[in-house]
Amino acid sequence: MSAIRLPTVLRPAASGRAVVTVEGTTIRQLLEALQVEFPAMSGQVLTSQGDLHRFVNVYLNDDDVRYLRQLDTPVGPDDVVSILPAVAGGVA
Amino acid sequence: MGSSLQVSSVQLAEMVAHCLRCYPEEGCGLLTGVGETGEVASVYLTRNTAASAQIYTVDPGEHLKVDLAAEAAGVEIIGVFHSHTHTDPWPSPTDVDQAPDPGWHYVLISLRHELPSTRSYRIVDGKISEEPVVVLGGRI
Repeated sequence: MSAIRLPTVLRPAASGRAVVTVEGTTIRQLLEALQVEFPAMSGQVLTSQGDLHRFVNVYLNDDDVRYLRQLDTPVGPDDVVSILPAVAGGVA
Repeated sequence: MGSSLQVSSVQLAEMVAHCLRCYPEEGCGLLTGVGETGEVASVYLTRNTAASAQIYTVDPGEHLKVDLAAEAAGVEIIGVFHSHTHTDPWPSPTDVDQAPDPGWHYVLISLRHELPSTRSYRIVDGKISEEPVVVLGGRI
């Protein structure tokens, strides 16, 4: 089991919880398990094609998984995964 | 009570100064506090990884650090501020489309005129509603 820290925007889908634990040994497995346990998150973290949503950032401890092995990044039981929405915008 | 953003004069000055320093690129940063009250606990000045005069992206690594710092302080991220370098402080279609959290406060600082102008908004389901920015000791 690994801990996943949720951003405030996803917490309503997890009954208000800021941290949840799910089974998995890779980021992909954890996120898939997250969407199974909390169906309201479907499509918000992983796309229907199983890719990481472009406006979502996932971290393994302090590292953005896009700079590691992305969804295939291994996760151990003492690791903490964080999900945060990308924060962007602008006049254009 | 309606929604409002409550900041100190020092926090407001920090946001504006950061955006002026980032010019001609858009400046950006995150606000932490208690969501229900709209009271800003801390302002975090972040890097715009887009490095653009027209779009901004808060550095993802810095975003995580702010999130962790907020958690340690018993608060949460409650909003974002960014600058419009040559247009008015009104959320653009891009700002609305990419607003990450309906619970957040979206602060816009316009550098269009000599005197920077600051406004705050809530963006929920694509709808924009302006809220007052209450400066401790005054109101703008």
